[in-house]
Amino acid sequence: MLTVSTSRAGRKAGTGWQAARRHLTHPLVFRLLSSVVVFAAWEYAGRKPISASFPSFSETLVAGWEMAADGSLGAALLITIVPLVIGVTISAIVGVIAGIVMGLDRRAEWLGVPVFIVAQAAPLSALIPLLVLAYGVGLATKVTTVCIMAMPVIVLNSFKAIRNTPTSLVEMGHSFLGTREQVIGKIILPAASPVIFAGLRLGLASGFIGVVLAELLISPTGIGDLITYHQSIAEYPKMFAAIAVVILLSVIFISLLERIEILLFRPEKRSVA
Amino acid sequence: MSAAARQVAPVDPRSAGAMVSVRSVSKVYPGGVEALNDISLDFPRGQLTTLLGPSGCGKTTLLKIVAGLLPATSGEVLVEGRTVTGPGPERAFVFQDFALMPWATVLRNVAFGLELRGTPRSEREDVAAHYIAQVGLKGFESKFPHELSGGMRQRVGLARALAVKAEVLLMDEPFSAVDEQTRRKFQEDLLQLVVNEQKTFIFVTHSIEEAVYVSNRIILLSRRPSRVMRIIEPDIPRDVSPDQIRRNTAYLDTVESIWQGLKQYLD
Amino acid sequence: MIVFGYKLPMATSLILWAILWEAVGRLDLVSLIPPLTSVMMRFEEIVPTETFLDALALTARAFALGTGIAIVVGVPIGVVMGRSAIVDRLLLPWVNVFVSAPLTALVPVIMALFGFGETTIVLTVVLFAIWIVVLDARAGARNISASLVEMAHCYGATPWQAFSKVYVWAALPEILAGIRLGLVRAIKGVIIGQLVVSVVGFGYLFEIYQSNFLMEHLWALLLVLFALAFLIDGVLGYLEKRVEYYAAAR
Repeated sequence: MLTVSTSRAGRKAGTGWQAARRHLTHPLVFRLLSSVVVFAAWEYAGRKPISASFPSFSETLVAGWEMAADGSLGAALLITIVPLVIGVTISAIVGVIAGIVMGLDRRAEWLGVPVFIVAQAAPLSALIPLLVLAYGVGLATKVTTVCIMAMPVIVLNSFKAIRNTPTSLVEMGHSFLGTREQVIGKIILPAASPVIFAGLRLGLASGFIGVVLAELLISPTGIGDLITYHQSIAEYPKMFAAIAVVILLSVIFISLLERIEILLFRPEKRSVA
Repeated sequence: MSAAARQVAPVDPRSAGAMVSVRSVSKVYPGGVEALNDISLDFPRGQLTTLLGPSGCGKTTLLKIVAGLLPATSGEVLVEGRTVTGPGPERAFVFQDFALMPWATVLRNVAFGLELRGTPRSEREDVAAHYIAQVGLKGFESKFPHELSGGMRQRVGLARALAVKAEVLLMDEPFSAVDEQTRRKFQEDLLQLVVNEQKTFIFVTHSIEEAVYVSNRIILLSRRPSRVMRIIEPDIPRDVSPDQIRRNTAYLDTVESIWQGLKQYLD
Repeated sequence: MIVFGYKLPMATSLILWAILWEAVGRLDLVSLIPPLTSVMMRFEEIVPTETFLDALALTARAFALGTGIAIVVGVPIGVVMGRSAIVDRLLLPWVNVFVSAPLTALVPVIMALFGFGETTIVLTVVLFAIWIVVLDARAGARNISASLVEMAHCYGATPWQAFSKVYVWAALPEILAGIRLGLVRAIKGVIIGQLVVSVVGFGYLFEIYQSNFLMEHLWALLLVLFALAFLIDGVLGYLEKRVEYYAAAR
């Protein structure tokens, strides 16, 4: 078992040292430190070089800046976001409703849950060639891809959220003579909201995977286009930059959603956020 | 059938008949577990009756049947002469795990019973505020359950049950999830509440001391499948200070005699 | 769900869906959906062929190797993260980023470095599986109750004894859960890898079927893959249940 060795620092008397130590071990410092370490390693690997096709961190940064400056990055992002937003929105609305209905009604559960359980375990990406064959390479296919990837996790999370409502809360609602609608609306749904929202966050992440896949496999547009184009002309710094941007974007979107989630549903977590 | 027909204990001259009557209630859970076996009891109006017994003996089951939250397999429960078919406005339940809505403030939680009835907002918030003050939580109206200690949360649950102005208060081991000091304080407060509110209380606990301390009447239930073992009416002066009650000889003797009776049913 | 007084198990609704599929296919309602029976007839055509078996072998090798690496590398890292605050603070932000990032976007990177062959697929599998393995191993290590640790010390366990006799078992339910999720992701990874590389394994088969408009073959291939994925998931779920009984009581 590893323990953090603090004996030497601890023996140093005086508040100066203790304050410094507290600052040094602050989580933000570590985050910065680990980023620096990773970027430095990346830089080294690029310069060494591991391979002709592996650019260094600085090269990637410069390339990214170039693409941002000439507008190609911005334009690509806009194109990529469209199927993502449409797909995730559709999945969210349809998925949450479906999950709630399955949670409340046993017959709907019997009908729907096995399908989505299979969908969650299966490599849905394999459906893409099928979709392309049936519907071509347009926006509709990409939106459908996003929906296919995002919906199972949203549906199953919403379903589980409703199912796992604490029984004593529901009993409490009954004991105070709540009607079925009141119990669903005032107790079950609010209790389920945090998990449903967590499902939406996971759905968004899956949606990102879907849109990237769609752009790499179906027809290159947006960011996927930037990636494949620069790959084909061996402009690796720009290719890496585009990839880094898409990953960064997904991280931003998902943390944004997490913040909203905490703001709306978890007052107890606000101070820790 | 009149309330006087089947009585297990002598009629208390103070009450005008039993508030709640349990008639030959049995409960068998799906899977064959027999929780209650032909129980008949009366709960006198205006008194605090405790259901006492070892863990798992079915006292909570009986309480929930009286509350209308569980159906009896056979037998019936009458409240003020009317058969129980489900929950009703004349009975309020206080839950062992508090059952507070974590996303709602104390005020909203306490007012919840009234909210479900459709009472207009300002009216129900006034009533809620009154009972919040009465259980000693004045000033905490806009706090959330996670900001309160266990003891405070249970007081919210109690205030909620009081706010609907039910005649019968059903309490399911309400003090078991709080620490000892808080528990003692609650017991003292409960005694005061019984005197002030003039309601009928049915209280479930597995603590002998607690039962003897707060109750007008104790019903000892046996192990599952439960039947009524004994009915005891502690003869303890209640107009002395709380600490003096706990040292009163009659109190201590009653506790001891119940303990001796229950010991044979333990593992 | 209860029909005529009989309790129907959950999976039976899939039979209903299969019937629906068949009906939709026969009636030619949606171009996407051919009749189930004709899809199933393609199994015989596809499965025994050499390309399919090669692809299956490739997938199996890449899957096994990739998940093996992910487990052997990921579990120790996760456990170290769970027991050491410094390592945890250094690595956790990155693990969190990659566990929900579109890893698909990184496949071209792997391709750029390692070419269009089996190595890329293996590394894709590692990439997809490792983050959740690390995360759950970390959770398992963190959840080892302090009293178990103290108990081990108290009864004189050497560090190795403590690790192998107590910690590993205490953390095992979460570690297994992480491995199971990792394997599910590995399945996705091995397919996505082949799709993006597109000239190996099933990716190659998909390309061919797609460009030759062989809808039913595509569906057949899909069903085979889905069935395999489901099987693996089922086996893992069973294993997890075997360990679950003590999970709650730790």
